[in-house]
Amino acid sequence: MSYMKEFTKGIIKENPNMVMLLGMCPTLAVTTMAVNGLGMGLSTTFVLVCSNVVISLIKKLIPSAVRLPCYIVVIAGFVTFVSLMLQAFIPALYSSLGMFLSLITVNCIILGRAEMFASKNKVLPSALDGLGMGLGFTLTLVLVGSIREIFGAGQWFGITVMPEVLEPMTLFILPAGGFFVLGAVIAIVNRIMKKKPREISCQNCPNAGNCYSGGCMQNQENGGNE
Amino acid sequence: MELARNLCIILLTGILTENFVLSKFLGICPFLGVSNKFSSSLGMGAAVTFVMMCASLVTYPIYYGLLVPLGIEYMNTIAFILVIAVFVQLVEMVLKKYIPPLYKSLGVYLPLITTNCAVLGVTLLNLTEEYDLLESVVNSFGAGLGFMMAMLIFAGVRGRLAECDIPKALRGAPITLMAASIVSLAFIGFGGVVENIFGA
Repeated sequence: MSYMKEFTKGIIKENPNMVMLLGMCPTLAVTTMAVNGLGMGLSTTFVLVCSNVVISLIKKLIPSAVRLPCYIVVIAGFVTFVSLMLQAFIPALYSSLGMFLSLITVNCIILGRAEMFASKNKVLPSALDGLGMGLGFTLTLVLVGSIREIFGAGQWFGITVMPEVLEPMTLFILPAGGFFVLGAVIAIVNRIMKKKPREISCQNCPNAGNCYSGGCMQNQENGGNE
Repeated sequence: MELARNLCIILLTGILTENFVLSKFLGICPFLGVSNKFSSSLGMGAAVTFVMMCASLVTYPIYYGLLVPLGIEYMNTIAFILVIAVFVQLVEMVLKKYIPPLYKSLGVYLPLITTNCAVLGVTLLNLTEEYDLLESVVNSFGAGLGFMMAMLIFAGVRGRLAECDIPKALRGAPITLMAASIVSLAFIGFGGVVENIFGA
């Protein structure tokens, strides 16, 4: 049963971007269309599962002083694999995700899970944790992408859904719309789950241990409800 | 003259129209995480600008001198992130040993920068835009300045937000994101500015 819990926690309760507020860059950047959000989410899920498995396998071999560079190299390897695969089999998605496909490497969700979960747990729980977190991430991306695509272009997964009388609001496709929709989605989730307000901060960041900047310390004192 | 004009276009585009944070969504985490104080925004911005310029300087010869001749261009993500990680460590050690005052003001932000997607982003962008070495450095300088400017503006906005009475559900991250949305909207106003100045 506990395996089931590792899997489900990432989807809603500890959703990496709606609740833990990690990985904001891809959440905002690729969600102009729902299908891009889905592609990005699934690519990230694949990398997350693979890197979690590999890191939990080799966790005893890595000296703790150089663990972050080691994790990053493992992650970058899988990212390269995914981007070559997409380039070969789904070139349309490859070109619309563009640079953000390579930037999965520095997605703080992946490094965060490696640091907080995979480096302390066995292989199977790590894989389930990665799968759950990845699906939670995908869920958010598709949600934000759907809202932006429906309001901004009047379409959903490329199918026209809004009546033509309503002019599409281009604002939602613009960067400003991305910030706004994500803010609104987080506000609704906070309201439904009765979460205490949380600031985006470094407390979940894998580098938080090394970081003494004033901003981070202050956030750590104020924020957090776990 | 042509060169100077070209470099000015790249610089201004990086700062205003193609602002890294507000129109390309790179480096959102530090933008939202560290921008609650003016001084930390300034420090973070300066550190990112510095590391971006150095990363562009270092990755350019690695890509064109090592990866291209060997025919392994697809390894660029792995190579670049390793170089950036090592380089950030090196900068930290050098600053600590030789320039302690600078380390005191910038050093605290350096570990955060390794996983900042803006740094890896700018080096990859230099490749896709096919900039030469000088253009790459100018581009990363512009990107860094744009990042710093966005952070400073946003630090001011957040200072005001802190004194407001905000609806409960919106407190914390949601209102911050919505404020960022409005700042980003303001930056749309810069569209076309660079083309008009230089008649490009």
